[in-house]
Amino acid sequence: MLVINILGFALISLIVWWFWLYKPRGGVVAKGTVPITVNNGVYTPAQVRVMAGEKVTLSFLRKDNSPCSSIVQFNNLEISEELPLNKTKEISLESLKPGTYPFSCQMQMYRGELIVEGKDDE
Amino acid sequence: MSSNNPNKETILLIEGAGCASCVGKIEGALSEVSGVKTASMNFAQRTVLVTGNANEDELLGAIGSVGYQASLVKQNDTELLDEKEKSEAAYYKRLMKEMTIALALGIPLMLYGLFIGEMTVTTNPERISWLVVGLLTLGIMYFSGRHFYIGAWKSFLNHSANMDTLIALGTGTAWIYSMVVVFAPDAVPLMARHVYFEATAMIIGLIDLGLALEIKARGRTSEAIKRLIGLQPKNARVLRDGEELDIPIEDVVLEDLLRIRPGEKIPVDGVVVEGNTSVDESMLTGEPMPVKKISGDEVVAGSINKSGSVIFKATRVGKDTALAQIIEMVKRAQNSKPSIGRLADVISGYFVPVVMIIAILSALAWLNFGPAPALAFAIVSATTVLIIACPCALGLATPMSVMVGVGKAAEAGVLIRNGEALQTASKISAMILDKTGTITEGSPKVTEIQVTGDYKEEEILSLAASLESGSEHPLALAIVESAQERGLVLSKVANFEAIAGHGVEGSIDSNSILFGNEKLMDERSVSIEHYIASAQRVASEAKTPMYLAINGELAAIISVSDPIKNDSVEAIKRLQANGIRVVMLTGDNRATAQAVAEKVGISEFFAEVLPEDKSIKVEELQAQGEIVGMTGDGINDAPALAQANVGFAIGTGTDVAIESADITLMRGSLHGLADAIAISKATLRNIKQNLFGAFIYNVAGVPFAAGVLYPFFGLLLSPVIAGAAMAFSSLTVVSNANRLRLFKASDH
Repeated sequence: MLVINILGFALISLIVWWFWLYKPRGGVVAKGTVPITVNNGVYTPAQVRVMAGEKVTLSFLRKDNSPCSSIVQFNNLEISEELPLNKTKEISLESLKPGTYPFSCQMQMYRGELIVEGKDDE
Repeated sequence: MSSNNPNKETILLIEGAGCASCVGKIEGALSEVSGVKTASMNFAQRTVLVTGNANEDELLGAIGSVGYQASLVKQNDTELLDEKEKSEAAYYKRLMKEMTIALALGIPLMLYGLFIGEMTVTTNPERISWLVVGLLTLGIMYFSGRHFYIGAWKSFLNHSANMDTLIALGTGTAWIYSMVVVFAPDAVPLMARHVYFEATAMIIGLIDLGLALEIKARGRTSEAIKRLIGLQPKNARVLRDGEELDIPIEDVVLEDLLRIRPGEKIPVDGVVVEGNTSVDESMLTGEPMPVKKISGDEVVAGSINKSGSVIFKATRVGKDTALAQIIEMVKRAQNSKPSIGRLADVISGYFVPVVMIIAILSALAWLNFGPAPALAFAIVSATTVLIIACPCALGLATPMSVMVGVGKAAEAGVLIRNGEALQTASKISAMILDKTGTITEGSPKVTEIQVTGDYKEEEILSLAASLESGSEHPLALAIVESAQERGLVLSKVANFEAIAGHGVEGSIDSNSILFGNEKLMDERSVSIEHYIASAQRVASEAKTPMYLAINGELAAIISVSDPIKNDSVEAIKRLQANGIRVVMLTGDNRATAQAVAEKVGISEFFAEVLPEDKSIKVEELQAQGEIVGMTGDGINDAPALAQANVGFAIGTGTDVAIESADITLMRGSLHGLADAIAISKATLRNIKQNLFGAFIYNVAGVPFAAGVLYPFFGLLLSPVIAGAAMAFSSLTVVSNANRLRLFKASDH
């Protein structure tokens, strides 16, 4: 029984680590137009890095039929756009301040983030 | 979209492509055109989708070079909508098929378990038959539930979790446990040798059903926008080189002359140049009465020509028409989220991993403290917890209601800029109404001229009109119009100066003329005391007295009256009945303001307010703790509209581009204001019901699924019931939002 309990709590710790604590480095460092595919419950890439002050265009291509995926919203930029199926929809963002701008579907199930890095980072 | 966009999409319609082998030829020819990234042909539809920044003529040329004809397909809102509906219909069909197959296995299995036999594994023949059922279930998981597992896996790799994760884990746990029982019954205590294949099949079927019904219900939430898009006719009849041509509306250009017959929809915005008619603009403005149109009047796309045949000149086409802008604005607003939804967003962001943890904790609790067969209880409770939790309902609660509410408002001629404006409008406690043009018609008329000494009415009016001819103030327009009606000749004005909030001055034929209100006379020490009584009488009749002084001596009082809109009194009553403190604001003099206020039943008003001070009055009310709505025509009260918690602009039917307003009323009536507030209140109530329902559902459902009631009542929820509850909880949210469509704003 002890083993089972330990296994259970280990599993919980793994969940906490995998979904919350683990901060992936990387993502796509991008300039100009970044294609993002919306399919199977995820944005690919789900993390896009850009430099502050540069214009970036996110070009969403939705291949997923589920109605949930049909809207992408950037809550702290007050952007909300409908994504047509199998067509690209471009969202242009200009001169963003450094910071993290999450984007998601209306139900917060599809999630991604746009990370704007300051000039003197890295 | 910029023209040098490397991902530009062009759709070409190919003619004469009769065989599948043409596909390769056409795609090959297109991919050689510079700038083309991909070219893929849909043979069934005879269309090619080209991506990349290529010249359209070169694309057409390339297709011509391999022997086919092609034309460009321009996509408009109508086509996009058709396409969306088609793809949704296809998705619905697929889900229904998947649901049928899953339930075809799930229901008999469940009935067997309930009424016929035990779903346990004890003997070898039982093992074999359950193995067959297990494999059938695996088939269902692949055929009907594949999308859940793929989605769950992809988002897992992405360090995120969603509905798919919960469904995949729940159904997966049930199936794997059952297969363990089948293959290695000895590894499981005797009493726990139960299989749950029916749960897996039923859950997948029920959730597919829920999704399918949700798609149908979602379709209804966008009915308002569909109706607006449907107002655009496909074709227009233009007069070019003396000929009448029927052309697609995309091809109409500015300055084109178009002919409209009775009963037809007006295709683009324009100005009537010939003929007269009446036009039904109700779909756009909510104004039920047809509007007369004569030469020089504006007509707007989407309105319906009732009686006559007219020719009009296109002034705005394509994306610039009022209708196109309304559609764009409504779409945007429908997709935006008011802050009331933010908490739900935060919660749903953490929701799924939390539920996974609860599922594990619940399983551990059963294993540690539960009665025999503890393992079976642990598996059932974990599965049920995973399946019952529904972050979707929480996430959908706000957007679905906003979608319906904003659409509903648009139908009543009320354009709401975004979700936040909708939310704040529901909380308005005080409403400031500008007098001129808001409560009144805004088209004043000269009603009386009282002269002093030997002056003649005509002479006075001519002087006043000469002075005012450069001004755009509504009162000035009344003076000038009146002079024109009497055929008076206007004189040249020297040293003209407009004194904001006071009046104007200038000199005519070396006489210095002052024309304005009492304040102006006071400031310039023009004595008006003998005429105060008569001015007061004028003001008490809700007319505005204006003084004209020649060389420092009062020469006349011109009274101007601006009729009150016939439904202002009713509409103001509606606002007051809803507990809103209604305040009138005007630059007009105190006595006139008081008379107008009394006529419309407003007890509180600010008079003689300079245009730049209007926003200060808004601030004053805000300082008293009021949530202030400000209504004006959007022209000279932009700062006040911006200062207010919610700025309402009263449009003239087609002026959508009133940027400073949070809410635009398309028709002039103040009823629009009461409608807007009623709709926003109803929408917020609906959102709260949804949020409350979704929240309580999850807060109560998850512990129930984990088995908190078992120690007291011996109750443990079946995973199948959890699946049904989950599938229908999001459907309930969408349906509740749809209930808003039945809301009648005019009853409130």
